[in-house]
Amino acid sequence: MDLSHVLEIASSTDPGMVRSHNEDAVATDAAHGIAVLADGMGGYNAGEVAAGMATTVITAELARALRDVQPYEIDPKTDRPTAERLLREQVLSANASIYQAAQSQPQYAGMGTTLVTCLFYDNRVMVAHLGDSRLYRLRGEQFEQLTRDHSLLQEQIDSGLLTAEQAKTAQHKNLVTRALGIDLGIEPEIHEHACKPGDIYLLCSDGLCDMVSDEDIGMALQALGANLNLAAQQLVQMANDNGGRDNVSVILVRVLREYPAARGVMAKFLAWLK
Amino acid sequence: MAKLILSMDGLVLKEIPLVKERTTIGRKPHNDIQIDNLAVSGEHAVIVTIMNDSFLEDLGSTNGTMVNGSSVKKHFLQGNDVIELGKYKLKYLAEVGQPVGTSAADFEKTMVLRPSTMKTAAEQARAMAPASTAPSAEGTHPQPKPAAAEAMRAVAAQQVASAAISAGTASRPESMATASVPQAAKAAQPLGAIQILSGGNAGKELELIKPLTTLGKPGTQVAVLTRRPHGYYITHVEGAQHPTVNGQSIGSSPHALKDHDVIEIAGVKMEFFLKS
Repeated sequence: MDLSHVLEIASSTDPGMVRSHNEDAVATDAAHGIAVLADGMGGYNAGEVAAGMATTVITAELARALRDVQPYEIDPKTDRPTAERLLREQVLSANASIYQAAQSQPQYAGMGTTLVTCLFYDNRVMVAHLGDSRLYRLRGEQFEQLTRDHSLLQEQIDSGLLTAEQAKTAQHKNLVTRALGIDLGIEPEIHEHACKPGDIYLLCSDGLCDMVSDEDIGMALQALGANLNLAAQQLVQMANDNGGRDNVSVILVRVLREYPAARGVMAKFLAWLK
Repeated sequence: MAKLILSMDGLVLKEIPLVKERTTIGRKPHNDIQIDNLAVSGEHAVIVTIMNDSFLEDLGSTNGTMVNGSSVKKHFLQGNDVIELGKYKLKYLAEVGQPVGTSAADFEKTMVLRPSTMKTAAEQARAMAPASTAPSAEGTHPQPKPAAAEAMRAVAAQQVASAAISAGTASRPESMATASVPQAAKAAQPLGAIQILSGGNAGKELELIKPLTTLGKPGTQVAVLTRRPHGYYITHVEGAQHPTVNGQSIGSSPHALKDHDVIEIAGVKMEFFLKS
């Protein structure tokens, strides 16, 4: 099913005001409903390599896998939609590729990347994430974070060591507890959310949410939702205006209309004719 | 070795290496750094140095201690911090080329915590550093591989944090400029406002306090006024028609607004002006 007329996608990535390298990477594929954002880490240009590998490998491999299977079909083994299995498989395979590269080439030793990946299908979005890159959703007036960071900070908040208020000014915002390419035994966190027409999804690296408050991000999306490209640029600009201490990347995805999967023989046949 | 540069009115008076664990600052002669000025208390402040880290603590001085313009009780000194006691300034210079820097940039770089390396590093840290000196844990390790270094730095950061939380008295590194930068920028910038000149709402005034203010009719023509550190900008959002400023169409890129510019959006004229 071609989703390019259902999803409007805009993205922007910027090195920020302080860093010379951009270790973030973004990739999107509207036709297959894929959006991937990664925030790389590791010396020299290794972070860029890890993030670039993650986004390109996952986007291409997911698109290829979608040719053979329907993401909405229930996988008999797990009793969950196939989309979940596809995402897990692709994340793990990208993880293995990055890990191998890091092991075999000394200049890439220790490289890794955070990841947030969305797969839109059948009026739903399946999201997989690792680390502190986030997914937000603007629905009507409500702007909320859908992913929970895998970070030391989040764990401290969860265990009651820090309040959300203290966390805003904490010094160790940057320590993630899960990442792609660091270890072979990783587990991406995967969740499914129902989509509604008019929803705007925001994938972003910590360069945005560390510099701009959620309130201001939500306000910008509400004000500029009509012009997605402008909204993406505005978010990057707001992060840079506030200091731009890290690379800033955003992907915005707007759901234009309903997109139920074509089920049944006739629907499939019609879809095939297209 | 970290050091302090004492100066007054831009004149360098003295260079003081931080060799002792406690370096006291005050007016009385028994202090390590004596500043004979009535604005300085007898025992004004102390700098505790543990390995590569220095912590400044105000000792309940009458006139207080400022670091980089804000008053502090306790402060984890970062390279190039300026401590002010009355008219005197002490610039803190961290050791150059130290193996593990703890500059703000280092703390912001995204790093991963690896449970396996973490554990050994944490055990080492515990063995080598008693609780009170936990923040210095990172300095006590040799620095071989970047991977291990990362984990150790992570441990140190965690300990700094948890020490601060549990004890409540430990010198917790002050929050970085992240939060204060935008506020400072906003405060320095004059507030802009819009006065509507034509149409049903003529005469109405709208203060541009928010970072973004949208104007126009959704579906027909919308523009956004953005408040940025160096001024206000107008940008076209949607609609076939683009807004005009002083009669000129602005196109689709952001346009900087000057005091008393006349804007027209969706047939409504309005004047932008800066409030002092």
